[in-house]
Amino acid sequence: MRPAHVMTRALLCAFAALPLAASAQDLLIRNAKVHTVTERGTLESADVLVRNGRIAAVGTGLASGGATVIDANGRPLTPGLFGGITALGVVEVSLEKSTVDNDPHAAEKGKAVEPRPEFDVTLSFNPDSAVIGVNRVEGVTYAMIAPGAVSGDTVIAGQGAVARLDGRADAMVAPSRTLFANLNAGVSRAGQFMLLEQATREAKPTPQMRDADFRLLTPTGREVLARYLAGGRVVFSVDRATDIRQALAFAQKQGARPVIVGGAQAWQVAGQLAQAKVPVILDPLVDLPDSFDQIGATLENAARLHKAGVRVAFTNLNDGTHNARKVRQSAGVAVANGLPWDAALAALTSNPAEIFGLGAEYGRIAPGYVADLVLWSGDPLEVTTVAEQVWIDGRAQSMRSRQTELRDRYRPGAR
Amino acid sequence: MTLARSLLLALIAWAAGAQAAPDPFKSTYQPAASTPTLIRNATVLDGTGRRLDRADVLMRDGKISAVGTGLAADGATVVDAQGRWVTPGLIDVHSHLGVYASPGVNAHQDGNEATDPVTAGVWAEHGVWPQDPGFYTALAGGVTTLQVLPGSANLIGGRGVTLRNVAGTTMQEMKFPGAPHGLKMACGENPKRVYGDKGRAPSTRMGNVAGYRQAFADAQDYRGQWEKYERELAAYEAQQKDGKGSRKKGDGDAKPPTPPKRDLRLETLVGAMNGEIQVHIHCYRADEMAVMLDLAREFGFKVAAFHHGVEAYKIADRLAQEGVCGALWADWWGFKMEAYDAIWENIAFVDAPSNGCAIVHSDSAEGIQRLNQEAAKAMARGRQAGLEITPEHAIRWITSNAARSLGVAGEVGTLEPGKRADVVIWNRDPFSVYALAERVYVDGAVRYDRAAPPAKPESDFLLGQPAGGAQ
Repeated sequence: MRPAHVMTRALLCAFAALPLAASAQDLLIRNAKVHTVTERGTLESADVLVRNGRIAAVGTGLASGGATVIDANGRPLTPGLFGGITALGVVEVSLEKSTVDNDPHAAEKGKAVEPRPEFDVTLSFNPDSAVIGVNRVEGVTYAMIAPGAVSGDTVIAGQGAVARLDGRADAMVAPSRTLFANLNAGVSRAGQFMLLEQATREAKPTPQMRDADFRLLTPTGREVLARYLAGGRVVFSVDRATDIRQALAFAQKQGARPVIVGGAQAWQVAGQLAQAKVPVILDPLVDLPDSFDQIGATLENAARLHKAGVRVAFTNLNDGTHNARKVRQSAGVAVANGLPWDAALAALTSNPAEIFGLGAEYGRIAPGYVADLVLWSGDPLEVTTVAEQVWIDGRAQSMRSRQTELRDRYRPGAR
Repeated sequence: MTLARSLLLALIAWAAGAQAAPDPFKSTYQPAASTPTLIRNATVLDGTGRRLDRADVLMRDGKISAVGTGLAADGATVVDAQGRWVTPGLIDVHSHLGVYASPGVNAHQDGNEATDPVTAGVWAEHGVWPQDPGFYTALAGGVTTLQVLPGSANLIGGRGVTLRNVAGTTMQEMKFPGAPHGLKMACGENPKRVYGDKGRAPSTRMGNVAGYRQAFADAQDYRGQWEKYERELAAYEAQQKDGKGSRKKGDGDAKPPTPPKRDLRLETLVGAMNGEIQVHIHCYRADEMAVMLDLAREFGFKVAAFHHGVEAYKIADRLAQEGVCGALWADWWGFKMEAYDAIWENIAFVDAPSNGCAIVHSDSAEGIQRLNQEAAKAMARGRQAGLEITPEHAIRWITSNAARSLGVAGEVGTLEPGKRADVVIWNRDPFSVYALAERVYVDGAVRYDRAAPPAKPESDFLLGQPAGGAQ
C-alpha cells in the first residue's frame, strides 16, 4: 500500500501545479455508510476522498480540494464487487458458437481431454460486450475471465485473469493470472490425475526423458505449465471432498498454489483447507446433489467454511456470465444461512482480491486502494437494493446498459 | 352398464367437448391430519391484493376459515406470529422437479421425449420421481403447489401435471385432485435446434409453426371423427329403442357404429381445444408470441400463459387484452439469442396494464426455493422504473396469478375462506433476501417446520448418504 500511497501524493503534487487542480478521477463522497472491508469495519456518516483514481482518505469532514462532491445521504458505499469466475467478454450468447471464445478445444474435435495450459482466454476478451455493461451497472467492477467457464471438457483448460470492467482495452490485471484445472472434465477421476501427472512430468522433465516421452503437451504448453508449477496459482474445479484432498496433495507435491472452485463438499474438509490456507470460491445457492459429487451440498457451506477459518469467495455456477450480478443475492442467502454479514461482503470484495493476488490494491476502501466503488440504495446484499452509482478508478460509470435502453423504449406509456 | 361402456361413453362425451375425460391415473392425495389452528398477530398478504396488519388466520378442517383481526381461537391451536409475515403457499407454474430430478444423472433425464416434435400423448406425471430431493427444498421455500411440465425440446411436448408439494411414495399421492392437465408447447430455438440437428423437421421457425398447425388440424379431424361417431351411435341407439316392434324390413342387419381408434396425441390436443387442458407455451420472443396467439385463434384454444417470455414486456398490452399470463423470470438472460433482450422490468411491465397477469416462475430446482426473492427483485425494479407495486400486490405473482393459469384458482392461491389452507409463516417480510419460511402448512397441516427439521431426509435417495443439512 505504501508505494501506491506515495505515488498518489506525488501525483497530487504534480497536479497541484496545474491550473485544473481536479482530475476526472478526483471525487469526494460525503456522508456515506462506508463498508471499508478493513479492520475499521463500517463507518457511519463517513467521507471517502479519491485522488487520481485512488482512495486518498477515509474519515469525516474531509476537504474536497476541488474534487467533485457527491452527497451519499447516509447510503451504503462498498468496494466494487467481484463478479466471480465468469466468461464475461468472451461469451456473448452462450448457445451461439460464433460468440463463444472460451473453449480451448472448439477447433480440435476429438482431442477433448488434451491439456492446453497455453490456451490464454484473455486474448479473446471484448471489453465492449453488452454483457459486461449489464453487470457493471449492478456494481460488478471486476471478474475472473476463465477458460472453459461454460463447458469445460479438459483437465487443464488454460489460463485466465481478472479483468476490470470499465471498457478499457488493457483490462487484465497482471498479478491475477491463473491456470485452470478442471477435475469435472468427464473422464474418470483416476484418468484426470494420470493426465495431470504426465503433463507435470513433461513440464518438469528429467534429463533421462526422450522425445517420445513428451506425448501430451506442446512445447508452449510445457513452458506455461512449468511456470505455474513454480508457485503459480491453479484453480481446481472440484466438488467432492476426496477430490479436494487429491487436488491439495497434487498442488503441494508439484509446487502450485491451489484455489478450489465449486467445493460443494468443501465443508467436510474445512479444517484441512484452513490449515493449508486454501481458499474456496463457491456458489452459496448449491444445496441439491446435482451429481453424486455434490451429495451433502448445503446452504451452510459458506458459513461452515468461514467458521473454520477458510477464505471464501462467491461465484454463480448456474450462469456466472450473464447473471454474474446474482452473486450479491447469493451472498445475502449465505447470510440468511449463518454467514456473518461482514464475511459475506468480504466474500464479494476483499477475499476474491486476496485470492487472485490483488489484495493490496482492490477490494477494500482504504487509502492507497484503487477507487472502485459502489453507492447503493440500501443494504448491498438485499434483493430490493439497486446500485445507484458505480465508480471505477474514481470515474463515474454510466449507469445505462443495453437492458436499460430496452426498458426505456418499452416503458409503459412510452410507445 | 358395464364399466368399460361407461368409460367409453365418458370418452365420447369428452371428445365432443361435453365433460372432462376420466383420469386413468387418479389422484390418491389425502390431506394430512390437522388440528384447527389460529395464526395470530401477523402481517398478512392474502393473495387477493390485500395486506392486513396484526391480523389472524384461522384454519379449520384443512381450509381457511377466517382472516381478520381479533379472531377467537375457539379451541384452535394458537400460533403467535408477532413480527412474522403470512402468505398463501407459493405456486410454481413451471418446474421440472421429478422429471429432471437430482442427482442429474443420465437415468433421471425424463423430461423430454425428444424423439418426435409432437409428443402430445406423453404425460409428465409418468416421469415424475417422487424421491427428487428438490421437492423438499422447494417446500422449505414455501412452495405448496407446482406444475411439473415436460421440457421444451418438442413443439408439443405433452401434458404437465399439477402436484401438491407433499412427500409421497407415488406420484398419485402428490397429484392435485381435480386439477386440469397442462399442455406444454414450445416456440423458437429449442425444437428447431433439437430436430434440425437430427436432420429433420422442424429446423426453422417456419417448420415450427407448420408443425403446430398440422398437429391441431389433425386434432380437428379427430374430433370430427368422434363427433360423427357419436351422432351415428345416437341414431343407432334411437333406432334400437323405437325399432322394438316397429322394425322395417331390411333393418334387421343394422350394426352399432365402430368407434374411431383412440389416438393419445390427438386426445390431448382435442382436450386443449375443448378448454379442459390449460395451454402453456414456452416462448421467448414477442413476435413469436403474437404468432402463437393467432395460432390459438385459428384452432380455437386459449393460451393460459407464455412461459419464460423474455420479451413479453414488448407486447404487455396485447397479453393483458387477451387475458394471457406471462410466467417469467426476474433476471435470466443471454444464454441464447431469443433470451438476449431481457430486462429486469419484464414482470412489472407485464403486470402494469389493467388485467395484466404476471407470474414469477422458476424452471429451476434452485429458483423454486426462492420465488419470493425473484418476485422481490422484479418488484424493486418495477418501482425503480416508476411503477407503484406493493408487496400485497406482488405476492399475487407467486400465488393467485399462478393458480389462475393452472386452473386451480378456486382452491388455492389466496387466503380466502373455503380455500385449501396452504399457508406460509415467514420470519420477516418475504420480499427480502434474508427471509426464511419458518413453517409451511398444506391443507392446514404442518408439512415443514424450520425449528423442527425431520431427523432423516424425506427423500429415500438421501438416506444413508453423508448429510449436508439441505434436508
